[in-house]
Amino acid sequence: MKAQRLRRSLLLHGIMIPLALLFLLPIFWMIVSATRPDNEILNLPPVLLPGTYLGENWSILNNDMNFVRVILNSVGISIIYTAAATLISAMSGYAFAKFQFRGKNALFMLVVATLTIPYAVLLVPQFILVARELKLNNTYWAVILPGLANALGVFFMRQNMLSVPSELLEAARIDGAREWRIFAQIVLPLMLPALAAVAIVLFLFQWNDFLWPLLVLTSKDAYTIPVALGTLVGLTRVSWGGIMTGTAIATVPFLILFLFLQRYFVAGITSGAVKD
Amino acid sequence: MNRWAKNLTPYLFLSPFFLFFAIFWIWPIFYSFGLSFINTRRRPWTLDWDFNWARLISDDFFWQALKNTFIILLGQVPLMLALALALAIALNSDLLRVKGFFRFAFFAPLVLGAAPYSAVFRLIFNADFGVLNYFLGFFGIPSVVWLFEATPAIVTIIIALTWRWTGYNAVIILAGLQSIPTSLYEAANIDGANGWQQFRNITLPLLRPVLLFTFVLSTIGTMQLFTEPWLITTTGPGGATETLVTYLYKQGFRSFNFGYASAIGYTVAVIAATFSFIQIRLVGGDQ
Repeated sequence: MKAQRLRRSLLLHGIMIPLALLFLLPIFWMIVSATRPDNEILNLPPVLLPGTYLGENWSILNNDMNFVRVILNSVGISIIYTAAATLISAMSGYAFAKFQFRGKNALFMLVVATLTIPYAVLLVPQFILVARELKLNNTYWAVILPGLANALGVFFMRQNMLSVPSELLEAARIDGAREWRIFAQIVLPLMLPALAAVAIVLFLFQWNDFLWPLLVLTSKDAYTIPVALGTLVGLTRVSWGGIMTGTAIATVPFLILFLFLQRYFVAGITSGAVKD
Repeated sequence: MNRWAKNLTPYLFLSPFFLFFAIFWIWPIFYSFGLSFINTRRRPWTLDWDFNWARLISDDFFWQALKNTFIILLGQVPLMLALALALAIALNSDLLRVKGFFRFAFFAPLVLGAAPYSAVFRLIFNADFGVLNYFLGFFGIPSVVWLFEATPAIVTIIIALTWRWTGYNAVIILAGLQSIPTSLYEAANIDGANGWQQFRNITLPLLRPVLLFTFVLSTIGTMQLFTEPWLITTTGPGGATETLVTYLYKQGFRSFNFGYASAIGYTVAVIAATFSFIQIRLVGGDQ
């Protein structure tokens, strides 16, 4: 029995280790390429260890595009979006979880139904509204506004808000607390782990979004990181070292965060799938 | 507090969400539908019932994009979900050591944005200086022109999507696995059921809702595939990796033909809804 377990375990590791290394290869290769000059990246046989050319690649990247500005745009947009969308999701989740009101089920079904609507069908009208009517193109708001109503965020917050004890809310009401104060000072602090999970997922979604920002950000100074990278990849004279430095800047902070905050990432991702 | 204010409270909490929801979801859904019946090629826009839809039916580029999207969907989604299920089971197994390492390796891609990883894949899959062909050489596999031949280009997109999304689905399936009570397996062990029988009769049936969820989400996601073919293969060669949404983008935001782009968008939505419905019927069974 024991020998059989050992054999099986060895077989499992024999499959899983090469597969895991294969999965890590693109990330590893990105880091190697970010730290090597172009002639070494494009050389065969390839140099397989990181080098010391990161600073030069960063300069190349900044020559092609004002990348500091691009990073600031991404950070600004993602932070404002995450704060606003998390709050909006929490407010709606709270209403759906802790109040009885007319039309509750119908409204909630409406929210859930949007999860199955492809985003592609909204692109044209949203573009006409944001870029043509409101003339918001090349502003943060053009990127932020359309995504503020996030159905998955509402759904996840509702699931979590169900666990807030109603007696606690009633007691606060009897003490004469205003509804907004109850929400802000009692409910939100109780929900910190859930808020963190939603915030991480929303931040990543905004940080990585490509198609919509590509439509409404047309001036180089307004680009976010994905739009800037997409533009650089499409150039005829491509500096791979520079591009890989940009991709590393876009991804390595999250890979490190992911190491420490995996629990929250996983909670956010599994939110819609596993019902209690 | 008076009753009026009390009744109003939940609606006030919901109001920011539904404000943005109405402006950026509800209105666009109807507007887009209307636009698909309007000739937007000329100003002023005129109502022309079958201007866009008739063109759609006879547009070879559209059918090519539809076919490509289906090929990628059929090639990628089952492969990815099978792999995700296998990975989730492996990660859940007590035979596996250093799980932290494996979790990181398989889940790390899910924090990468489509644009950054597409750039990396374009570099790795380059026929002349990419590392992939170099490594394949070790196994005696001759160089493949990944990005500039039709079938390899589609395979490249499938591999890229599988790399990016397998971990995501494995996370969801793993959470589903962990919600299955271990007592069921203990009882099955006592009854002498082997591993395959346990998988067939306990794991699969209990995972059905979770697998259905991943199936539906992956289908909707792949139906609107854009960034990978746009950046890795630039929809080529010769339109071999043109998808419905890359074609929508070209029609809507290169040619600014909003009416036709809306018709394409609605086609994507209707197909995605049909697929979801069929999958829910087939896999969901009685639920």
